[in-house]
Amino acid sequence: MSDLLLKLAEAVEFGKVDKNAPYPPQLKGQDGASELTQQALEEGALPSAILQDALIPAMDKVGQKFSENKIFVPQMLLAAKAMGAAMFHLKPFFQSGDIKSKGTFIMGTVKGDLHDIGKNLVTMMIEGSGWTVIDLGVDVPSTKFIETIKANPGAVVGMSALLTTTMTSMQDIVADVRKEFPDIKIIIGGAPITHDFCKQIHADFYSPDPQGAVKYLKELAA
Amino acid sequence: MKYKKLVIDNPQDLLFGLAPKPVKTPRGLEIGGGQVYSELNFTLPTMSINENTIKEVNRHYAEIAEGALQRALDLESKGVVLEFETLLEMTKTPQIGIDIVKIMNDICEKYYQKHGLACEIRLTPNDLREFERPALQRTSKLLEPMFELFDKGSLAGGDLLSIESTGGKEVSDSALMMCDIKGMFFAMIVLGVRDMQFIWKKIVEVAEKNGKIAGGDSACGFANTAMVLAEKKFIPRVFATMVRVISVVRSIVAVEEGAIGPEKDCGYEGPFLKAITGIPISMEGKTAACAHLSPIGNIASACTDLWSNESVQNIKLLSGMAPTAYMEQLEYDVRLMNVALREGKASASLLKRLLEQSDIYTDPQALVLSTENVIRISKKLIQGDTYIENAKNGALEALDIIEEALASGQMKLPEMETAYLPLLRADIESIPANESEFVEMMLPVLDQSHFILSEYGL
Repeated sequence: MSDLLLKLAEAVEFGKVDKNAPYPPQLKGQDGASELTQQALEEGALPSAILQDALIPAMDKVGQKFSENKIFVPQMLLAAKAMGAAMFHLKPFFQSGDIKSKGTFIMGTVKGDLHDIGKNLVTMMIEGSGWTVIDLGVDVPSTKFIETIKANPGAVVGMSALLTTTMTSMQDIVADVRKEFPDIKIIIGGAPITHDFCKQIHADFYSPDPQGAVKYLKELAA
Repeated sequence: MKYKKLVIDNPQDLLFGLAPKPVKTPRGLEIGGGQVYSELNFTLPTMSINENTIKEVNRHYAEIAEGALQRALDLESKGVVLEFETLLEMTKTPQIGIDIVKIMNDICEKYYQKHGLACEIRLTPNDLREFERPALQRTSKLLEPMFELFDKGSLAGGDLLSIESTGGKEVSDSALMMCDIKGMFFAMIVLGVRDMQFIWKKIVEVAEKNGKIAGGDSACGFANTAMVLAEKKFIPRVFATMVRVISVVRSIVAVEEGAIGPEKDCGYEGPFLKAITGIPISMEGKTAACAHLSPIGNIASACTDLWSNESVQNIKLLSGMAPTAYMEQLEYDVRLMNVALREGKASASLLKRLLEQSDIYTDPQALVLSTENVIRISKKLIQGDTYIENAKNGALEALDIIEEALASGQMKLPEMETAYLPLLRADIESIPANESEFVEMMLPVLDQSHFILSEYGL
């Protein structure tokens, strides 16, 4: 990998969004993910190489450090922001088909439930691992999930619930989605959710943390 | 903040079971009047709430109240509070909540009349306004069902009124994840304080009209969320500690507006409120592990007046139904505290010291809850001409306390935690004390599509 891509990977790993960004202090005044991506493109690096050799491995490292409790969420969010700044320059190549997303992930907190912190963490980590994420927000009914799946064939769906009373809402939504899309992959999570509940409502995968969801999707995309 | 002097300024006087302004209830509790009572909180097992299940929902609440009060009676309890923290459907359709209050109140009345068991219901409706984004804090139609439940639910037997209000949460959720302390100040000390002034005026009006008790609020959605995120190692504990300390300035507004306590269980800002205002408080710790984990299991009870389990589902355990089992656990905890109180100041102080010392240096969130540090921080929290200045002074004092504990070697924190200390100090020091200046500073860096300033009177 070229020095430039190494530098880009470092900028993403440590959350250096652009030259003006004050964080991290050790990279103050240096080019960030935005400038480095632009430079790499100008020097002829393939967009797919920028993504596969620099951005995704950097986010993998970030995910790994987070799993090992070596960094907190803000560092991960900054890394995701840096990744976003780089992706801004790569967007036209997705549209032209020069590079491909790993897939589309549709995520929402189920109807009746307003909790969004866990959902946001999951979407951020999945986006960082190369998936296109559609975040439907909170209090999401079956109709909204179904409508979005129709518009994004082949997508994987994620659902979150934090209340015991909204677990039943999750169960209903999974059933409604299954009726329309019997083979769609559905990942669920949230404080009261268990493996047993996952089996009971015929979801495909339960993850107690965002990293588990990323790992599952990686295996799906492999 | 209207308080300029602490009601309790000696850490030794900040003790469980004793509040300078105890609260007497109709069915015989004197909260803060010399003993600690259990406060049981509970919820449904996994089930939907709709017209087809409503009979079953009601049956669960009757079973919970009956089982818990019978166990309290068997254990010779001196008194119990049942906290009915409603589920969303019960506030959206207030009649559901009102009917459940009636059901539980009849059971409380039976135990009071037949057995002399002092028992009350704390009614805590949901703050439905968070269903709308951006939230219409002052003009939302959702205020109607909320206040119908406050009104009719209190008449049905909800003698203590509380809420976990959510003003400012539109900003705090992302500020928490970014460990943005300035964002948290904006969320809690600008938006939160203003919303507390609005909502608590209305709650106090209902309480006064119906002859009920305006209890208190909790910064649950802010500071407890921070604590739980820190427990999951998502954010630093030192950050969660700062959030807790500044939450005092938000939650005290309920008292300024006329709430008299008991402060709500999940508000770990309670000890500060007790020191500053003298109201009785409710706290939760080790016996709330059924609902969430925490680093303050013992120290949380050092100066509490009600001792709570936060929430437990009505499911079957080997011993019986879970709320009944938790009633027993709470009763044994409070029995110990009450025996210490009966034996006199020396025993009570010894028990308090053990409760504090067993946790104090294991986590900065525990450190700031020792009664000595509560008094020290409270003295700073009341200094200042604006709520922002109050919060700044308190937070900076808490930072000093953490740094002193680290320097003395009594507390150890990993480098990834301590690295945040200078950043937090610099950020807090940079906040102007004047609200208008602070709002002006923050607006360009906040996503203004998330909140409506006019809904906060700005």
